[in-house]
Amino acid sequence: MATNQELQVQKKRELDEKEETTIAARVFLPNADIYETQDALRVILEMPGVEKDNVEVHVEEGVLNVAGRLDLSKYKGLQPLYTEYNIGHYSRSFRLSSKIDQSKIGAEMNDGVLSLTLPKVEEAKLQTIKVK
Amino acid sequence: MITTFADTFDTLFNLQRALQARAASDWLQNQTTSQGPFPPINVFQQGDALLAIIELPGIDKKDLQIQAKENTIRISGKKAASYPEGVSVHRRERSFGEFDRTISLPVQLDADSIKAEYRDGILALFLPRSERDKPRAVKIS
Repeated sequence: MATNQELQVQKKRELDEKEETTIAARVFLPNADIYETQDALRVILEMPGVEKDNVEVHVEEGVLNVAGRLDLSKYKGLQPLYTEYNIGHYSRSFRLSSKIDQSKIGAEMNDGVLSLTLPKVEEAKLQTIKVK
Repeated sequence: MITTFADTFDTLFNLQRALQARAASDWLQNQTTSQGPFPPINVFQQGDALLAIIELPGIDKKDLQIQAKENTIRISGKKAASYPEGVSVHRRERSFGEFDRTISLPVQLDADSIKAEYRDGILALFLPRSERDKPRAVKIS
């Protein structure tokens, strides 16, 4: 994996929902990295500007929902002169392929990056069967 | 540039990124000596001063350098990836690497009193205008 390439701006993708929200605030899809280890699924989401108290994570019927609310009051009274990116809340859902132990979900927020650890339940873990 | 085809996705993504960068790098072209459009920046007015807000999630403060001179600011650093070996990757949307951007502002800055704050993945630069650049009231005699 090439790591030393120059960073480029990633255009923010907006959440496409069937229903409109009553508040005219924008909702974006956070960039995600997902990888699976032997006993857990790790989900890493970039939500710059979201404080750790404003993050909501829940798993319902095999769907992981993550929502991050931006404190828009910080932008109150600021007059934009030059803008390159839009701001808004973050929301994203993933359908999980393996069974997750909901009671053991770990979440950590560091520098606008949310790291989730979703441990698999015992039965979903890969069992190695020895051939006799 | 030597391209290795060890990872076909990387090759494809690099090409797409390069194409997108070409289309997107028109920003401030006749004003800035920017080496890349990353990180994206928003500039606000706050009284007499300017406030630049830059989205940079997941960066170690140690890897971030800010330099200021007259009317330019340079933001450079690197965004490092740290993933364990031997995992199966489902999605990889975040980008990592180095960045270096210089922005020229239409006002002279007071370089000594610039304040920078990095919190929750947002870099805020408080950029006061230099005293000699501020407008003065002219007395009519």
